[in-house]
Formats: sequence, structure tokens, C-alpha cells
Amino acid sequence: MESIERRASISGIGQSAIGRRLNRSDLDLTIEAALEAIADAGLTRDEIDGIASYPGGGGALPPGFSGPGTPEVQDALRLKVGWHMGGLEGPAQLAPVINACLAVAAGLANHVLVYRTVTEATAQGSGRRGGMGLGAPDRRVRGIFQWMLPYHAYSAANWVALYAQRHMHEFGTTREQLGAIAINARRNAGGNPKAIFREPLTMDDYLNARMITTPFGLYDCDVPCDGSTAVIVSRVEHAGGSNAPVKVNAVGTAIRGRPTWDQWDDLTTMAMRDAAAQMWSRTDLKPADVEVAELYDGFSWLTLAWLEALGFAAKGEGGPFVEGGKRIAIDGELPLNTSGGQLSAGRLHGFGLLHEACVQLRGLGGERQAGAPKVAVVAAGGGPIAGCLLLTR
Amino acid sequence: MSETEFRLIPEVTPETEHFWRGGERGELVFLRCESCRNYIHPPSPVCPECLSRELSPEPVSGHGTVATYTVNHQPWNPSVKVPYVIALVEIDEQPSVRLMTNIVGCDPEDVHVGMRVRVKFEEQDDVYLPLFEPEA
Repeated sequence: MESIERRASISGIGQSAIGRRLNRSDLDLTIEAALEAIADAGLTRDEIDGIASYPGGGGALPPGFSGPGTPEVQDALRLKVGWHMGGLEGPAQLAPVINACLAVAAGLANHVLVYRTVTEATAQGSGRRGGMGLGAPDRRVRGIFQWMLPYHAYSAANWVALYAQRHMHEFGTTREQLGAIAINARRNAGGNPKAIFREPLTMDDYLNARMITTPFGLYDCDVPCDGSTAVIVSRVEHAGGSNAPVKVNAVGTAIRGRPTWDQWDDLTTMAMRDAAAQMWSRTDLKPADVEVAELYDGFSWLTLAWLEALGFAAKGEGGPFVEGGKRIAIDGELPLNTSGGQLSAGRLHGFGLLHEACVQLRGLGGERQAGAPKVAVVAAGGGPIAGCLLLTR
Repeated sequence: MSETEFRLIPEVTPETEHFWRGGERGELVFLRCESCRNYIHPPSPVCPECLSRELSPEPVSGHGTVATYTVNHQPWNPSVKVPYVIALVEIDEQPSVRLMTNIVGCDPEDVHVGMRVRVKFEEQDDVYLPLFEPEA
């Protein structure tokens, strides 16, 4: 069986300014990232004939979470598109990238602009990170959230923490092991001029930070930011611009368990288990072939769970795998979250990791470049959403 | 947590009324399949195991086990006192049915995986939220 995602490549990448409170509109940031990506792909906007984004515009989502909808971006750039989509449901934040690969493979478009934009830092202002649902005028909650929010479980931090705690219980995973992921991210962020937090983080800093929801302290949680990331998904025949396109080798989109936080069958893993297994089923490459990993770190434990799901560590052995941080360092056997991830570089919601995987495969990481990798994996999502991509040069 | 503290509460529908109002009689109630005897949660028009539509609400014992938990320290909602415990509780009759809930009536530090608990309802307007406390 041909994995038809191989008919697509990522021919261009772009990223806006990233910051804590840029006070710029989401559309403004998106256009900045999009134009950079289009130029990087060796294209002009007249050649962009597809557009896709997560989660799409509007909806009852937290302030600053959604970027502009695809109609706004299409209109701002006067794009004429043969295919378009935006939406929240699908294989996590990478859904529009994967869908764009399929659209290109199907011949619906040649060059798709795919973006993710957040303005959460500006939206939150100087206030605390808010809880979900608290703005409901009648304090009533509906749909799946009725099973969680009445118990003051207002944040994904709470929901993920339940899984992390069970993982600790079953496998002896420690806070120091989770800390190794946060400290690694911060060290790598030192080589990323756009990262939000770049000063070194020690294990003492990590362990002494205020507790958010056990076992997560402050540094287990990613940092809200403003910024936009864009990529161009093209037909693999496109030669690209001055930087060669990155090839898509395999995608993972599956979810085979009950798709909710409370009823999922295994409290030590999540939908990442199924997406990762499906991705490996679509390629001859193996985990040992991967030379750089950009794995979702909305919370530190999610990265550990992705390491296990993707087969870099056996089930339950993610903790010992990352312990001490040597193995996952830039010069280690599996360089991990090389731009600082969301924990230190900012919560670009999966797309920062995707951007960095392309940077690494093109050898453009500068002081944070992890050798000359030929194979990279990107993973996004936690809980009942997960998507992953295997990329090559 | 006091009985009158702020909570978000579910919008009760005909499909969920048995669950959210069973506490008025002190009962934790789930839909159960009359054909294969499977408990179904959240409520659904069809048994996900055998696809039967013959489902009826049935009370369970209200006893269960803490599958996992987290002690929340972050004041997401300034009107709610921290710390408090959020847990997933597996019900005795069918451990694949889990409830996200709060563990009350004990020190947060005493909650652990495997802890035996029983239901305790908190009345909020027209709903009775199933919380859990340690078994006596």
C-alpha cells in the first residue's frame, strides 16, 4: 500500500514575532507568518490554492485560543483556493497539516497555506491564566464538559495531571524525571532567540516552583504566548525555494479508545498510543531511525507519554529514558524539543514543534542544531486528541 | 468544601436527568442495558456493547475506588478554596465506568490510588452532584 501522504511535502515555513504581549491582532501575526512561509517555499501568493487551520475561527473557545478563521486569511490575501478547511475535531493541532497532505495528494490543491495562531498572552493580559467555563452567564455547562467542570477541573492541567499521577503510581515515574523534560526545554531555548524563557532552569528551581495541580508545578505547564506559525504543504514535485522542501513520510491520525478524558481505557497513555501505532504502520522507518523528536509539551508528562507511545521508550519506562537529560539533549541520542518546546519557547500549540522539525531537517538551527538529521518526528495533542508526522529530508 | 460553594453545574436534559437528580433520593443512577446488563455512561440512546435500545436507569451501590487523582492548588476560580482533590473514581459494579469527581471529607494529602470511597451528593439548584468521601 502506498502511503499517499508521500505525495506531499512541506515546502515553506514561516513564523511571526513571538512574545508575551505583542498587542497585535491575530490576523496581523498570521499574515506575517504566511508571507514568510510563501516566500520560503519559492512561491507567490497567486500560487497558493489551498488554506487550512486549527481550530478555525469563532466558537466558544478561550480568549486568544483561536486565530483568525480561514475565510479572513483567504480574504486578506485574496487567495483563490481549490480546497479549504478549519476545525477543532480531528487528529489534534496537526489535523490541518495532515488534511492538507491528503488534499494535495488528491489533486484538490497544489500549495496549501496551513497556519496556527495564538494570542493567549495578550488575551489574558496581566491576569491569571483563566479556567474554562467560568464565564458562563448561567453557570451551566453542556456536552462533554458537564462531566468535568462541575468538579472545579477547569483546566487541561487538571485533566492531564490525573494521567501523570496514575503513571507515577504504576511505574514509579518521579517529579525529577518530569523535571528533566522541562530543564532540557529551557536549555534548548537558550539557543532560540524567539523563545519566551531563555535563562537556565535548575532542578531546584523546578522542584521549588509553586504547585499547580499535583504532580505538576509551574514549570510542568507551557507558557501562553502570542504568535503565528505557517507552513506550505505542496505537491512533492515542487522544487521549493532556496531551502529544500521537507518530505512527509507518514502520518498518524487514529483514535481507537473512547474519545473522552474520563472514560479512556488506559490511564497511563492517551490517544497518542493509537496515532503513533498507525504512523509506524505506514512506513518502513523505525523509531531507531529518528534523529530528532519534537513532541508536544503542553505539560511535561505529555512529552514522556509521547516518547512511550512512539516506541522510543518501552511502556512505563519514559521516566528512566529522560532521567538526567543526557539522552534527550541536543547532542544526545534523541535530541528532544530543540527550540525549547512550548514549556520554554511558548505555547504555539503544536506548530512551533512542526516549524522546528523543518528547521532541524534543513540544518538551519544554528547553535541549537542537532547534527544533520535526516528523519524527524513531530507529535501534537494530549487526551483524546493526537496526531503525528514523520518527516524526512 | 462547604455545601454552598460556587460550582458550574450541568444543564439537565431528559437524557441526563436520572444521573443528575438521582441524588435527591440518595441514589447514584446509571443507564443499564436490559439485554446485556452493561452500565452505560455517559447516557446514550443505544447500548454500545449490544446495540439494544432497551435501556433503563438503575441505581448502583455508590461505592467505588479512586483510580487516580490530583490535588489542585491553582486558584482558577478565586471563589473556590484550594487545595482540593479532583479524582477519577471507578464504580464497584463496573470499573470501566468512571466518574470525574471531588474527594471530600478528608485531608487532600490522604487521598491515594486504590482508596475506597462512597458517594456523597451535593445539592446545587436542581442537580445533585456525586462527590465521594472515604468509606467509613
